[in-house]
Amino acid sequence: MVEIKNLTKIYPNGVKALEDVSLTIKEGEFVAIIGLSGAGKSTLLRMINKMIEPTSGDVLINGQSIVAARGKKLRRMRRDIGMIFQSFNLVKRSKVLTNVLAGRIAYHNPFITTLGLFPERDKQIAFEALHRVNILEKAYNRADELSGGQMQRVAIARSLAQEPKILLADEPVASLDPITTIQVMNDLRRINRDLKLTTLVNLHHVDLALKYAHRVIGLQAGHLVFDGPTSEVDDEVLRQIYGRELLDEEVLGEVDEEVLGDADDIEI
Amino acid sequence: MNIPQKPLEIKKYFSIGLFLTILFASGWFTDFSLTEVFRGIGETREILSKMFLHTDLGYVKNLLGPLAETIQMSLIGTAIGAVTAVPVAVFSARNFIKHKLFTGFWRNFLGVFRTIPALVFAAIFASVFGLNSFSGMLALSVFTFGLLAKLIYEAMEGIDHGAVEALEASGASQLSILRYAFIPQILPQYLSFILYAFEINIRSASILGYVGAGGIGVFYQRNLSFFRYERIGTIVILTFVVVLITDAVSAKIREKLV
Ligand SMILES: Nc1ncnc2c1ncn2[C@@H]1O[C@H](COP(=O)(O)OP(=O)(O)O)[C@@H](O)[C@H]1O
Ligand SMILES: [Mg+2]
Repeated sequence: MVEIKNLTKIYPNGVKALEDVSLTIKEGEFVAIIGLSGAGKSTLLRMINKMIEPTSGDVLINGQSIVAARGKKLRRMRRDIGMIFQSFNLVKRSKVLTNVLAGRIAYHNPFITTLGLFPERDKQIAFEALHRVNILEKAYNRADELSGGQMQRVAIARSLAQEPKILLADEPVASLDPITTIQVMNDLRRINRDLKLTTLVNLHHVDLALKYAHRVIGLQAGHLVFDGPTSEVDDEVLRQIYGRELLDEEVLGEVDEEVLGDADDIEI
Repeated sequence: MNIPQKPLEIKKYFSIGLFLTILFASGWFTDFSLTEVFRGIGETREILSKMFLHTDLGYVKNLLGPLAETIQMSLIGTAIGAVTAVPVAVFSARNFIKHKLFTGFWRNFLGVFRTIPALVFAAIFASVFGLNSFSGMLALSVFTFGLLAKLIYEAMEGIDHGAVEALEASGASQLSILRYAFIPQILPQYLSFILYAFEINIRSASILGYVGAGGIGVFYQRNLSFFRYERIGTIVILTFVVVLITDAVSAKIREKLV
């Protein structure tokens, strides 16, 4: 469970990116955070694993404050929170397997992993993670040999190798084409369902949020303006979040799912 | 139509003026005179003819030992410099260590090293450890250390920060981030820098002997004081060949690295 309490972030340059936001994310939920660019979506998401330090307020992960945690305690808490990024953030020169094993680092003494020694069990976990996102056959390729969609799957596998309880995704499909977008979103939804992994995703495309999420959080200029089940999001709500009609680029539109091949049909 | 006005090129004129002033001023201060230059030409031609037309090729066999010593000095100096540069580079990289005072201290420390030429280090070490190749090797180590540490921390600061962010978010410690985000990204550059330093060191090592710090330079200095230009020619040609071979091999390896 993630409890966000009166969270406020004012950047050193005076920008109030988030103001007094409170919400509770239950275990296993798939939550989409939507809002205009600059609304504070990334700021909110990155305060959940303290990659950004809040100005005030608190974030409790299963009852423990991550805001108060530092040093070893903070690293231990972060280990339970996977994160994926718009730009994948892989080490492009390293092998796919090495990238995924990097998700295991926080479980070990740094002096041992520094030698590149990972227990056999970790390799098993890494292979399973790669298998889960259908990219196991690329384990020994260099990351820079992969396409964008494949790189994002490797990044998801790296987070899964952490065996996290929560997954944060900051615009995970913003650099992908429509077809790989659907594939990656399907992966995220399937992982959320199969592993009961609490998932928070920042999304630019409103229709993706409506299609995949259980619950939608709407931010507008740093304020929480909507928080409710996906079924309650109507045109009025969207006008409130966006302050105007949606632009074409904020809707992914129809993707011919025929071309997706083996993408599993998911039910929400 | 509003054609933008051509900006005044004051800066350019100022630069040219400054350049000419400096040129004349330095000629004045160094007692430069054209007649001296012409008188010197004859002498120079004589020296060059001794060096390259009457080269003492048989002298090569006396040079093989000192040549090996020169290469050895360069190799060991490069190796010591390459190893010692790493920790100080890590302390200086601002995207790895967030304390500006700490990184600033090490950057300034390195700055001092880079303002002192290898030859000066050699002279200092020769006066402490004696006129031998150990002093030369130390001089090259220190020079390489200063050069590589700067190149390495700049390479570190140039990496793609995404992987660092991802590892930090996963709960990895600083040491692990260094190992799994920084090292894989800068390793090819690091190896390339080492080869580059070796290329420079081979050149430096050849003249360090001039201040007594071992290697082939000792013979250079010795023959020069006896005006044995036909032997100087041999030394120059041999050094040139070694430098060319080193550069060629090094360039080939570096090509493969990137
Ligand atoms: N490091 C920063 N320093 C100053 N202002 C920032 C920083 N990061 C984000 N901001 C500002 O905070 C606001 C919210 O940004 P962000 O959380 O990135 O929004 P979103 O992810 O919804 O696009 C924006 O106005 C942005 O310009
Ligand atoms: Mg953002």
